[in-house]
Amino acid sequence: MNSPMPNRRLVLRLLGVVVGMFAFGFALVPIYDVMCQAFGINGKTSGAAYEGAQVENSAREVRVQFLATNNIDMPWEFKPMADDLVVHPGGTNQMLFVASNPTDKPMTAQAIPSIAPSNAAAYFHKTECFCFSQQILQPGERIEMPVRFIVDKDLPADVHHLTLAYTLFDVTDRVPPVAQVSPK
Amino acid sequence: MSAVIDHGHAGHDHHHGPAKGLMRWVLTTNHKDIGTMYLWFSFAMFLLGGSFAMVIRAELFQPGLQIVQPEFFNQMTTMHGLIMVFGAVMPAFVGLANWMVPLMIGAPDMALPRMNNFSFWLLPAAFALLVSTLFMPGGGPNFGWTFYAPLSTTYAPESVTFFIFAIHLMGVSSIMGAINVIATILNLRAPGMTLMKMPLFVWTWLITAFLLIAVMPVLAGVVTMMLMDIHFGTSFFSAAGGGDPVLFQHVFWFFGHPEVYIMILPAFGAVSSIIPAFARKPLFGYTSMVYATASIAFLSFIVWAHHMFTVGIPLTGELFFMYATMLIAVPTGVKVFNWASTMWQGSMTFETPMLFAVAFVILFTIGGFSGLMLAIAPADFQYHDTYFVVAHFHYVLVPGAIFGIFASAYFWLPKWTGHMYDETLGKLHFWMSFIGMNMAFFPMHFVGLAGMPRRIPDYNLMFANFNMISSIGAFMFGATQLLFLFIVIKCIRGGKPAPAKPWDGADGLEWTIPSPAPYHTFSTPPEVK
Repeated sequence: MNSPMPNRRLVLRLLGVVVGMFAFGFALVPIYDVMCQAFGINGKTSGAAYEGAQVENSAREVRVQFLATNNIDMPWEFKPMADDLVVHPGGTNQMLFVASNPTDKPMTAQAIPSIAPSNAAAYFHKTECFCFSQQILQPGERIEMPVRFIVDKDLPADVHHLTLAYTLFDVTDRVPPVAQVSPK
Repeated sequence: MSAVIDHGHAGHDHHHGPAKGLMRWVLTTNHKDIGTMYLWFSFAMFLLGGSFAMVIRAELFQPGLQIVQPEFFNQMTTMHGLIMVFGAVMPAFVGLANWMVPLMIGAPDMALPRMNNFSFWLLPAAFALLVSTLFMPGGGPNFGWTFYAPLSTTYAPESVTFFIFAIHLMGVSSIMGAINVIATILNLRAPGMTLMKMPLFVWTWLITAFLLIAVMPVLAGVVTMMLMDIHFGTSFFSAAGGGDPVLFQHVFWFFGHPEVYIMILPAFGAVSSIIPAFARKPLFGYTSMVYATASIAFLSFIVWAHHMFTVGIPLTGELFFMYATMLIAVPTGVKVFNWASTMWQGSMTFETPMLFAVAFVILFTIGGFSGLMLAIAPADFQYHDTYFVVAHFHYVLVPGAIFGIFASAYFWLPKWTGHMYDETLGKLHFWMSFIGMNMAFFPMHFVGLAGMPRRIPDYNLMFANFNMISSIGAFMFGATQLLFLFIVIKCIRGGKPAPAKPWDGADGLEWTIPSPAPYHTFSTPPEVK
């Protein structure tokens, strides 16, 4: 018998590979997030406010289009104040989104942003965004929510048109709205 | 006590036969018994998954909804895929490995016989669980065999939890089977059987087993994440909680792409034994075959995103996965040319195993070429989720994996049963399968290129004729498999006695033992020169 390793040790090593690969499957979750952040892929933008400052390039114009979508079963009304905005890279801009809760219950919502084309996501900086936190609306309440952003001056030259799309999710189950006595 | 005395009468013969009755099969640790059970189980699943395919093709026989409702149609496409992949193809190869690997390397049994028994008996439990979901309120899995989130989490039927546990059980079974194969091959080879003297079936299975232990745990991980999303409030795949559905596809295909090679590499190995036997020439390029198999296995880990070109990965990513995928054509081409060179100027005869093996080489190559077309990222946007994809993977799985299994079954049936199978019926089975399979799947290329989407129970009128041809071919292929059942039963019950080596060009240790193979073989290891 040419037995290089006893069965027991071989099996333990192979089981080690199995356990390692099971763990690797879960490790893919943070790896995926890190990769998306690092390369700005998948339209994922940074979840934190941009702190830098840029010089406005008034010679170049980029059209930024705004989309607001409700996730399935989300009853809120949710839309931008304007469909699009023509901006100069480097300059700070603002757009207001309107949300209202038509139901008779307080609800919590989370907006998830996405940028198209996805290779522009790394060049879209939000200095302030309602998506950084959750929104709690009382029954019938309506709010205007600002997003302030800078399109990076190094935006690839072939990109003339950006889309900022928000999907609004109902997260009332996860983050119960603070009970508040209604005036009525 | 009389039983003890009776046993004493049998004398000092240490050649124990199998135990009697049903408990022989429940308790057996014999590699031949377990291999036989794996093969029968896989054939039963092949017929069950095939009957689901018949429902699909009956519904698609004509445009419009005639036979089943879309909800049930979705369950049929899903269950057909799951059962064929995990219930038919994978257990068939494990069964072949159980039977043939110890015989080919001169080992007395598998290295871990009790675990072997356990890994088989997990399978009936897993598939009973999976199939039972069809009878649950809300129906069985209806989200496609790839079970993309959030379709399989947020929008799944209640029975999805049973599906998840069934996948866990199959995964445990496959992992234990793979560990057993590795331990057997590394530790139980007869003296003189060096790694580079092993038959290619043993080599391809060794590599397949490493793929299995590398990716089945990832599959277990992804269904565990689903379970946690559904029941424990996590958000791995839910964008509302900060997760990402696209992540599901990445993790799934990290398992899924090596999985498709798990289903084909053992067939490569079997065909590499069969073609030399009937061409009466040694295999051309043995060493390159081993390295090509290893290269395919390695490359299978870095091409997963070619299944998801349309989800919006960056251009550099699309280019990388496109070129990496095309690179796989190189080692695969090496193998195809080696098989062709083996046949070149050989004294070929076309018994049933050879017919299946030659059809394997030709038709698998067609499936490989449509795979190359799908690998072209810009073109894939047109082909994605159409019947062209269905045609592609059925061409690599049916005449690839399934024909490989048929070829192996006919090739080794004389060794297993001690009888020759009925050659005329075998050839009939081949030609009916060959014609039926091509009729079923070739037109799918055309309707796919013209834009017919997969997994939809209805279609545009302009696809009607091709779909009717596909359905007729599928019915023919399906019915023909009952003939295979008949041929196998007939061969078990009787037939011309098979000599130890029924194929005069065959080579290998399995042909040095009598037919049928005794219950215990190679109790003293053979000498390999």
